[in-house]
Amino acid sequence: MTADGQAAPRADDVPEWRRLSTRMLLVHPVQALLQFLPALIGLLIAGTTSGTGPLYGLLGAAAAVAIGVLRWLTTSYRISPEQVQVRRGVLSRRVVSVPRDRIRTVDVSAPALHRVLGLARVTVGTGLSDRSTNDGLRLDALSAPAAAELRDELLHRRPGRASGTTGEPAPAAGTELARLSPRWIGYGPFTLSGLVTVGVVAAFLSRLVNEFHVDPTRYGATRELADRVLHTSVPLLVGEVVVGLVVLAAIASTAGYVLAFWGFRLTRTPGGTLHVTRGLITTRAITLEERRLRGVEVSEPLLLRAVHGARCIAIATGLRVGRGAERGGSLLLPSAPRAEVRRVAVAVLRRAEPIEVPLTRHGRAARRRRYTRALVPCALLVVAAAVLWVVVGLPGWVPVASLALLVGAVLVAADRYRSLGHALVDGTLVTGRGSLVRRRCALPTDGIIGWNLHRSFFQRRAGLVTLTATTAGGEQAYRVQDVPAGTATALADAALPGLLTPFLVPADDGK
Amino acid sequence: MRMRPPRYRVHRRAIWYWTVRAAPGWLVLLAAQLVALAVGWGWLRQWWVLTVPVTVVLAAAHLLVMPQWRYRVHRWEVTPEAVYTQAGWFNQERRVAPVSRIQTVDTDRGPFEQLFRLTNVTVTTASAAGPLRIDGLDRDDALRLVDQLTADTQAERGDAT
Repeated sequence: MTADGQAAPRADDVPEWRRLSTRMLLVHPVQALLQFLPALIGLLIAGTTSGTGPLYGLLGAAAAVAIGVLRWLTTSYRISPEQVQVRRGVLSRRVVSVPRDRIRTVDVSAPALHRVLGLARVTVGTGLSDRSTNDGLRLDALSAPAAAELRDELLHRRPGRASGTTGEPAPAAGTELARLSPRWIGYGPFTLSGLVTVGVVAAFLSRLVNEFHVDPTRYGATRELADRVLHTSVPLLVGEVVVGLVVLAAIASTAGYVLAFWGFRLTRTPGGTLHVTRGLITTRAITLEERRLRGVEVSEPLLLRAVHGARCIAIATGLRVGRGAERGGSLLLPSAPRAEVRRVAVAVLRRAEPIEVPLTRHGRAARRRRYTRALVPCALLVVAAAVLWVVVGLPGWVPVASLALLVGAVLVAADRYRSLGHALVDGTLVTGRGSLVRRRCALPTDGIIGWNLHRSFFQRRAGLVTLTATTAGGEQAYRVQDVPAGTATALADAALPGLLTPFLVPADDGK
Repeated sequence: MRMRPPRYRVHRRAIWYWTVRAAPGWLVLLAAQLVALAVGWGWLRQWWVLTVPVTVVLAAAHLLVMPQWRYRVHRWEVTPEAVYTQAGWFNQERRVAPVSRIQTVDTDRGPFEQLFRLTNVTVTTASAAGPLRIDGLDRDDALRLVDQLTADTQAERGDAT
């Protein structure tokens, strides 16, 4: 049992099955109730009209509680020197086994209810669960000290010890690489993460208005608003709406930033792991083995770049990437001053040059390609607008306004060329690209497991190649875009010496 | 220095294989237009009269040019240290992977491949971005290649990530 006094696994080879915390018996019913809440309300409303509402409501709630208790009774786990096993399932029993050397991350999180009860949820990350929602290795939940101990046990290959445990999730010892400064919250509005929230809330409100036939013109405050809306000119109205949305998005983004990253700390433990703790209400602690680290990415979304901010992301095997990266474990530093981000990237990578070194530009052909690729689609749109103006009678200002696209395209193209580059320093391949999100990825070459050299028809004519380094971590492929063919070969050969040697011939050898 | 293309071409029957594989798409497109023409949506008739010949010409060009072009491009080579492939036609790609990083070697034979006694070999690494595919090998050549690769990779240890 892991309730409070955790039993020490015995020294013999087959450890006993351990249970989740008994306090989950309190959490599961509440969680189940929350999940069933919409259904319960439905039952209540549907039932009230037929007169048996309370009965159905009670039955539903009882079923929810029973499922919670059953889940606790049927879930157990054990850790042997070779593997971790989780046994669960009410109707179909399932045992998930994972070899311990395949464990890449351990993520300890505690939502509000868990924190109140001193519990924490442990999610064990393996390479396999990268992109699926498979929660086979989630233990929901252990007591906070037991969770912290389990994490140490799993990642440091130490047998579990029934040491005297403290009340808090143990802040891992080790060197601190970064800690959130309250001033960074100023970067919150520029992350745009709040746009989604505002959209969701707006959609929710409009549905509320529709479903309940609330007439906004019937109430004082909203009637005043509606009157004003109906009597202002269109451009002014659009302006007001845009300003309102921007303000709302900024507030929501800032709130999101504080909720997710309050108390952010990045530490390196002596056991060779990186450790991130963060969160205001729901706290999370993510632990990542450094031997799973394949590189570091510094990304600067356009808005953030305008205020000299950036973010730092780990390139590691077994971590979620892309949209889920914020919630997943790969974030090494949230939006923060660029200098600070660079410092952290250097500290994580343990080499300075890949982050600091100026990148080698890709030359005139690459620059021309940036412009053609940005301008041609926009020019087509302008032509289409002009044709529609002549043929269908589109308002004359549309083709004129579409000319602004061309200006935008030129600006983006120029900026994309400025970001484009590569370097090979200190045994690390560095790639830089992008304008709307500028990224610099630093990949130590021992993590590169192959090369793809892509040449489109137009690239061949321009003598360019897109060299892709494939790796087992992060986005799986990191591109050096539109590099001259000779440079690409030299770069690939220098990064992984010997691999290409049998396929190389002197440059002047015909064909 | 520059990279030379891989040494070996795929089997000649692959030309027919690529042709046959690409044909159904065009046939479906053409059939849909002919049906529409037969049903005779009057006001669209002149439109179909225009698009059907265009489709036929494009299909013919694609089915004649693409397989020949592919045959000139598709190549492969395996050394004790590396696998090297080249594929594509309008857009082309070369891929190199060290034998030490190979995770799996698969062969597959779909109905079209069976028709021409061909086999595709796919070599995967731990990266989702890097499978090396060799289309249209003769069945016996493919088996020899797989045997050689399996023997080479067995000598390696570790999880190759």
